[in-house]
Amino acid sequence: MAKQRDAGVSGDLLRLRGLGLTYANGTRALDNVDLAVGEGEFLSLLGPSGCGKSTILRLVAGLLAPTTGGVERVRPITRGDTGFVFQEPTLMPWARIIDNVRLPLDLAGVPRAEAQERAEDGLARVGLGDFLRAFPAELSGGMKMRAALARALVTAPRLLLLDEPFAALDEITRLKLNDDLLALWERERFTAIFVTHSVFESVYLSGRIAIMGPRPGRVVEQVTVELPWPRDLSVRTGTAYGALCRDVSDRLHRAMGALI
Amino acid sequence: MRRLLPPLVGLLFLLTWELVVRLRDVPVFVLPPPSAVATALWNDAPLLLQSSWITLIITVQAFLLALITGVGLAVLFKQSRALEAALYPYAVILQVTPIVAIAPLVVIWVGYERVNLALLILAWIVAFFPVLSNSTAGLSAVDPNLRDLFRLYGASRWQVLWRLALPSALPYILAGARISGGLALIGAVVAEFVAGSGTATGLAWRVIEAGNRLNMPRLFAALTLLSVLGILIFAVLTGIQRRLLRHWHPGGAG
Ligand SMILES: Nc1ncnc2c1ncn2[C@@H]1O[C@H](COP(=O)(O)OP(=O)(O)OP(=O)(O)O)[C@@H](O)[C@H]1O
Ligand SMILES: [Mg+2]
Repeated sequence: MAKQRDAGVSGDLLRLRGLGLTYANGTRALDNVDLAVGEGEFLSLLGPSGCGKSTILRLVAGLLAPTTGGVERVRPITRGDTGFVFQEPTLMPWARIIDNVRLPLDLAGVPRAEAQERAEDGLARVGLGDFLRAFPAELSGGMKMRAALARALVTAPRLLLLDEPFAALDEITRLKLNDDLLALWERERFTAIFVTHSVFESVYLSGRIAIMGPRPGRVVEQVTVELPWPRDLSVRTGTAYGALCRDVSDRLHRAMGALI
Repeated sequence: MRRLLPPLVGLLFLLTWELVVRLRDVPVFVLPPPSAVATALWNDAPLLLQSSWITLIITVQAFLLALITGVGLAVLFKQSRALEAALYPYAVILQVTPIVAIAPLVVIWVGYERVNLALLILAWIVAFFPVLSNSTAGLSAVDPNLRDLFRLYGASRWQVLWRLALPSALPYILAGARISGGLALIGAVVAEFVAGSGTATGLAWRVIEAGNRLNMPRLFAALTLLSVLGILIFAVLTGIQRRLLRHWHPGGAG
């Protein structure tokens, strides 16, 4: 299954064409972004702070309307087809974990019993099967992020957007969650767009990395990550991984140009 | 030990009071000793408790009315900017107008024979604003990412209100309610003072009446009961707040 995926993408899910966005206060966040996203691929957006990575995700999710250009959805994407994971867990503090995870299904009017079952399954898959009835305040940062991941996946989305989801976590938790995210991806075959500041994280996770330049953001370069799947400790400690990280890091520095 | 300090201070205070009054022979109509107040409390208990009950009922009614109208209006404002722009200034005017000044008017309009209704209206006017302003602030204090999430999943206006905006506003609403509970009591008392015609029979009237008759022990007894009511309302509302918000923060503290 993973073999198929890195052997080649079965087709594009999305195409960003000449995408530009100027915020109401005049900030030009994006200018002429061109990027194709293959169905089932794991794509990372790597770039310096403020280059418009979050803005791209919000445009793709339809939470923002582009100023110029557009997001072409090659395959129809409907409600529930897109999952979103923010940098913060963004759970409702008044609701139990299970109710938080069930939210997307509840909003869509999925019958209660079915929604409950799917939410319980989803929580079991991220290793939170014993914490259904806990409240967010009772969980650690990593566990809250897992719950957010379970919520984003509970609708079985085709497209998962992740905006620096693990940036606020400690190193050990982050590495573990990277592996868990990859395992979920290999199983559920969604398309992932993963925003990160971290060269190491982007190389480890992705099939492809889009490197962005500083504001107004553009995609400056795209790198295909030639590392075998499934990714694991042997990949992380291999020489190819180190070389790729150096390469991507160099390209990132070049993309940032005069800023460095 | 810490919890024992306030009652200890109180006891010491009462003791000093009693001693000073006795040793210096202060006349009862100037300052009655605590023992006289306690006796008055005991002897006039039926009368005072009945009055307490009347004041409490008006206060609770005014508070609940303030809660419903305050939150309800805030929700309406949230749905329509135009409505908020049109009505909010009047809410502020209602708030800044001294209750003492409009009380006689309200009593006349409502009619002396329905003075309790007048008291209810006046107490509501005093109690309503903190709920309105806090709820308005709370309904706007939604986590923007959660709001986006609801949009992403195509939530209806109704779903956003019930599942997101109102729960997010809960801490604000409860904080407003706590202020409003105390104000409802103050409003009920002040209104009765002003309306005070003898047809009102709440605690405030007992204070006036006792004052007119120079029955200081009973006056102090009525005051004591007013404080007790205030403390009771505050304690109950704090308890509700703790309970409803106990899951929001680590450790479960409100
Ligand atoms: N709502 C907004 N209104 C005005 N300007 C905004 C808004 N949101 C973002 N910006 C600006 O647009 C630019 C791109 O923002 P964006 O959040 O997309 O960057 P980012 O790459 O995600 O940065 P980071 O890595 O720090 O999260 C920034 O300069 C930011 O200040
Ligand atoms: Mg960002």
